Amino acid sequence: MTDMTATPTSTRTAATPIRRPQPRVRWGRVALHSFLITMSVVWLWPLVWALYTSFRTFGDVQHNGYVSIATSLTFQNYVDAWTQGDLLRNFIQTLAIVIPGVTITLLVASMIAFAVTKFSWRFNVLVLMLFTAGNLLPPQVIIVPLYHLYLFIPLPSFLSDSGSMYNQIFGILFINIVFQTGFCVFVLSNYMKTLSKELVEAAMVDGAGVFRIWWSVILPLCRPALAALATLEFTFIYNDFFWALILIGKGDRRPITSALNNLQGQFFTNYNLLAAGAIMVAIPTVFVYIVLQKQFIRGLSLGATKG
Amino acid sequence: MTQERGATALDPTDRKVGRLGAAASRLQRVFSLLTGRGQPGTTASGRRRRHYSLLTRRDKLVLGLMVGIPLTLDLVFIWGPTLASVALSLTQWRGIQGINSNDWVGLGNFQKLWSSYPPFWEAFKHNILWFAVLMLIATPIGMFFAILLDREIRGTRIYQSIFFLPVVLSLALVGIIWEMQYSQDYGFIDAVLRTAHLPTPDWFGDPSINLWAALVAASWSHVGYIMVLYLAGLKSVDPSLREAAAIDGANSVQTYTHVVFWVMMPINVVIVVITTIQSLRAFDLAYIINHGKNGLELLSVLITNTSLSEANLIGFGSAIATVLLVISLVPITAFLLRMNQDDQA
Repeated sequence: MTDMTATPTSTRTAATPIRRPQPRVRWGRVALHSFLITMSVVWLWPLVWALYTSFRTFGDVQHNGYVSIATSLTFQNYVDAWTQGDLLRNFIQTLAIVIPGVTITLLVASMIAFAVTKFSWRFNVLVLMLFTAGNLLPPQVIIVPLYHLYLFIPLPSFLSDSGSMYNQIFGILFINIVFQTGFCVFVLSNYMKTLSKELVEAAMVDGAGVFRIWWSVILPLCRPALAALATLEFTFIYNDFFWALILIGKGDRRPITSALNNLQGQFFTNYNLLAAGAIMVAIPTVFVYIVLQKQFIRGLSLGATKG
Repeated sequence: MTQERGATALDPTDRKVGRLGAAASRLQRVFSLLTGRGQPGTTASGRRRRHYSLLTRRDKLVLGLMVGIPLTLDLVFIWGPTLASVALSLTQWRGIQGINSNDWVGLGNFQKLWSSYPPFWEAFKHNILWFAVLMLIATPIGMFFAILLDREIRGTRIYQSIFFLPVVLSLALVGIIWEMQYSQDYGFIDAVLRTAHLPTPDWFGDPSINLWAALVAASWSHVGYIMVLYLAGLKSVDPSLREAAAIDGANSVQTYTHVVFWVMMPINVVIVVITTIQSLRAFDLAYIINHGKNGLELLSVLITNTSLSEANLIGFGSAIATVLLVISLVPITAFLLRMNQDDQA
């Protein structure tokens, strides 16, 4: 069943010289590939369409309609969306959240996972459950008290110009770390359970402190899991729409995904600009996915199948 | 420090302590392996002495901080607000001044929710429908794709990448991308229908159909997610099981329905849990389309709309949040139980 594509023809003729490789049509295969190709086209279509729309000129579309062969293609929509939407600012705000967000989340989560899997105290399981379950809650369940908590907590002026956690990039970074730590603790503790305990023991006998063991023994061993999680967390935090939508009142202060809400209103009448903006917002995660596909998939599977 | 007090309580041989205890005592056994000195039958307190002879006071402090600080933040910013939502649901606090005894209304908010606030039942219905469509249509399609692609066929990686691509996009972006298909004036679908002289519905605007239109977009993203999870599960199935089934004369469909599906029960559970949680969390898509109104009411959007965005009905919104919390506890509990089952295995 699988040999037609898997086995090179040359080896087959060498093994059975009498039987010429016959061009036998396998209808099952043809049907399978036709189905998969059709589905792929259906799946890609909305993206292809957005891409196509983003390169068309407004005049062309006004004249011929959106469903027409383009008379001219242009990059101008990208330039216009970038400048009119002031996307650079939103992208910088995203960067200020995503990079420290992923780094701190992974460091903190690996510490917790290390402490609860390599040492035994009564509350290990409870701690693990609190973190895991906290990440599974719908964020909307906690948002009303959290919003008021953000307004209530005073921050010094060098950290916050509003004097509270509300309206601050710092606040969004913070809640992302707290929320995402739950998921990473879950994945990393599953991963660390598979690591040999003798390594920790040996390091302890050698007189290394727990911090040292975490940093120079455990973290290097967790590199595959950390790489997978970093890829995944980049996407999770980049794609977060909700926290900044509620916890930042002004559109121009939001990270890019939450700023989509404003962008959509601003470019409502010009779908070419909206499409160009949408494509630019999609590029970072699509790029990361294409380059680090294996890590990405591994991260997801680690969460679901326990290593 | 908590861990010092903690270690004394559980004896690994005690089967009566239940699931939680069993998982905890397993962790203790892990530790006795770690020290290499735990003998069968030693009391827990005896082991504890050996345990802490290796850990210095400073080590204990470091471990306490490693867990203590993040745990405190988790409790203050996640679990505190969760409990506060439940507490606020019993009040009519408007969020302006401090809360006092006059604000107490008992179950009044829930009563109002049940009997005189139609959007609540609309939202409730929509959440159920959201779950049903993801569970009964999108999830099986994802599983089907995974089964098809879990074989040596040419281009399987390319197909996988294509089906997975929408998953890396935020659901807000998914909403915008689909708007370019659905828009009555500028969208692709209606433009095609117009040239065919067919009616051109307002897919995202018409409250009788916009939920279905949104669900197509949600499924577009959900299918790839499930496919990847299921593929990981399929790859972990012991190949000898399939061989045995083939020797017994089972065809590939029978092998799947009689053997593989059942072997993959743990993954099936995870997939149901994830699908449930996804449908309870659905927010971004409905919000970006029309702020979750006019046919797209969902419990999650109702919470922010009643207590943050427009009105200031904090107690009322918190009652909706409490309902959402109670429903969410079902899949969350299922997930945690499975987590501990695995720990015991």
